[in-house]
Amino acid sequence: MDFSSINPALLIASLMVSATPILLAAIGEAVVEKSGVLNLGVEGMMIVGAVVGFIVAVNTDTPLLGFVCAAIISGIFSIIFGMLTQYLKSNQVATGLGLTLVGLGLSALLGRPYEGMKSPTLKALEIPFFSDIPVLGKMLFSHDLMIYFSIFLVTSVWWFLKYTHAGMVLRAVGENHDAAHALGYKVVRVRMLAIMFGGATSGLGGAYISLARVPQWTEGMTAGAGWIALAIVVFASWRPWRVLFGAYIFGGVTVLQLNLQAAGASIPVEYLSMSPYLITIVVLVIISSRGNQGAPASLGRPFHASS
Amino acid sequence: MFKLEKRPQQSQKWIYLSPFLAVLITMISGGILFAALGENPFEAIRIIFWDPLFDPNFASYSRPQLLVKAGPLILIAIGLSFGFKAGVWNIGAEGQYILGAIFGASVALAFYPMESKFIFPLMIIAGALGGFLWGLIPALLKAKLNTNEILVSLMLVYVAESILASVSQGLLKNPDGYGFPGSRNLQNYESAANVEIIANSGMHWGVLFAFITVIVSYIILTKHIQGFNIQLTGQAPRASKFAGVNPTANIVFCLGISGALAGLAGMFEVSGPSGQITIEFNSGYGFTAIIVAFLGRLHPIGIFLSGLLIALTYIGGELAQLMLGLPGASIQLFQGMLLFFLLATDLFANYKVKIGADN
Repeated sequence: MDFSSINPALLIASLMVSATPILLAAIGEAVVEKSGVLNLGVEGMMIVGAVVGFIVAVNTDTPLLGFVCAAIISGIFSIIFGMLTQYLKSNQVATGLGLTLVGLGLSALLGRPYEGMKSPTLKALEIPFFSDIPVLGKMLFSHDLMIYFSIFLVTSVWWFLKYTHAGMVLRAVGENHDAAHALGYKVVRVRMLAIMFGGATSGLGGAYISLARVPQWTEGMTAGAGWIALAIVVFASWRPWRVLFGAYIFGGVTVLQLNLQAAGASIPVEYLSMSPYLITIVVLVIISSRGNQGAPASLGRPFHASS
Repeated sequence: MFKLEKRPQQSQKWIYLSPFLAVLITMISGGILFAALGENPFEAIRIIFWDPLFDPNFASYSRPQLLVKAGPLILIAIGLSFGFKAGVWNIGAEGQYILGAIFGASVALAFYPMESKFIFPLMIIAGALGGFLWGLIPALLKAKLNTNEILVSLMLVYVAESILASVSQGLLKNPDGYGFPGSRNLQNYESAANVEIIANSGMHWGVLFAFITVIVSYIILTKHIQGFNIQLTGQAPRASKFAGVNPTANIVFCLGISGALAGLAGMFEVSGPSGQITIEFNSGYGFTAIIVAFLGRLHPIGIFLSGLLIALTYIGGELAQLMLGLPGASIQLFQGMLLFFLLATDLFANYKVKIGADN
């Protein structure tokens, strides 16, 4: 066993790569849940994004276009969930599960001809001056565009929820949809927009897995990332900066166990690969034992305007 | 547009009608999907829904498969339906299924090569216990610490898959297997083999257990106080507390029962149709059973019928793969669509739809 082969600077850099898919999906889901909707279809939307992004990127040789299409298609895909839960008043838990099952099936169908292919990847953006700083430069300032975009997205969501009128309306809808409706806010419209935003960012997250992190297409490649994103939203108490924090902690655990595997640690591989999931459970337990602070009061409740 | 008026009570007519409507819409949109894939839609639908049962060339092979596939689906779905009724969402049945199989196979392999008629009953108990314990983890966390059972039970699926990979390459690996991962084949071990009760019918012990479970759960739900408690908790959580329903016991019952039944399904699978523990032993029954439970309206008889229907789509899907070269994933998509359309048509049970009504 040789732990000296684990380089801390590279560890941080790969931590950010490994956390970004979950971060993108989780920040979108945080907005969805803030509006009072529980969408358990994150995994399905992610894998649809992963396959669409991959197909577009391979055929056009432009990874960026792949990301854009992944966001659009996953956003459209999430409308199915929105239509069913918001207009047809279906059960949100069951519909979200259905979205995941359909997404997994659809992506396997679409991705079959692309199995095992390599995708073009995003080039790293070396930020002038900063990327030349020893250690820190490699760690923080030589990443691809999507990593910076994900941090920008967290900042925007934080600013949107905290300082804009629209953000306040969204939070009001999530806290008490009947009161928000009585004040004349369009509950269903706000929620549909939130759901589509969540779909789009999940699609970006999925595409980041198939275009940057791995980068190839294999069936079921999201491997529970969407569910972990859901757990991170709970962990973060629905606050954007804590979503970032939680995703990076999770990314750290994943990268560390991969590094330990590569360094030949004496712990069997299977126990290392189950560790991210076990740690997620432990974190959920710790959070819930303190009481679920910050859960939107109308989360998961169906809304029906009686007048 | 249309206007919805909430019904004071669910429409009984639509509760029974909407699954049929959902199946019909799924067939139509499935046909469109197959047409988009360049196949004759009518032929594809016939191959999936008709040929496995009635085609002279395939039926002799496919008909027994119907019960082989329906058995585990019904077992798991019946267990899930208890929780879903009470608002306890166990979506980690796949993990409980794996643990049941590992526990059951471990008992068998511990006794190998001794022959005794006590081994198989012991395996049944072990299988149920394995699934029960795996289901107990989210149950206790939910009951004591209010941890989200959806996420915990699902995370445990991935943990179970890692355990499965570990034991099939280590603890339970066949010492005579020339180094290949996977356990001994239990079908070659007489005392542990889950054999067909009636030859060439597909009716093995697991299917019999599934049928018994349908009857027992029907009795529990309609005649027993626990069945009443479950339905009360789901429909009116606050009222159930006033009525003296113990929420902890209720959660443990729902997750424990569904875990035990999923574990049983895994045990019967590993000792029967699959025969051995391998890395890719689990095939997604735990997730498909969610669709079966909803399609069956969370009602034992409904689940029995929907289990058979979904089993048919599995076999028909395999046949379509063989005959038309349709990708296997299209059946998964088909099953998912069925769930969507069912959830959509449920609207009619809960609301009156008035088209073109003004305010």
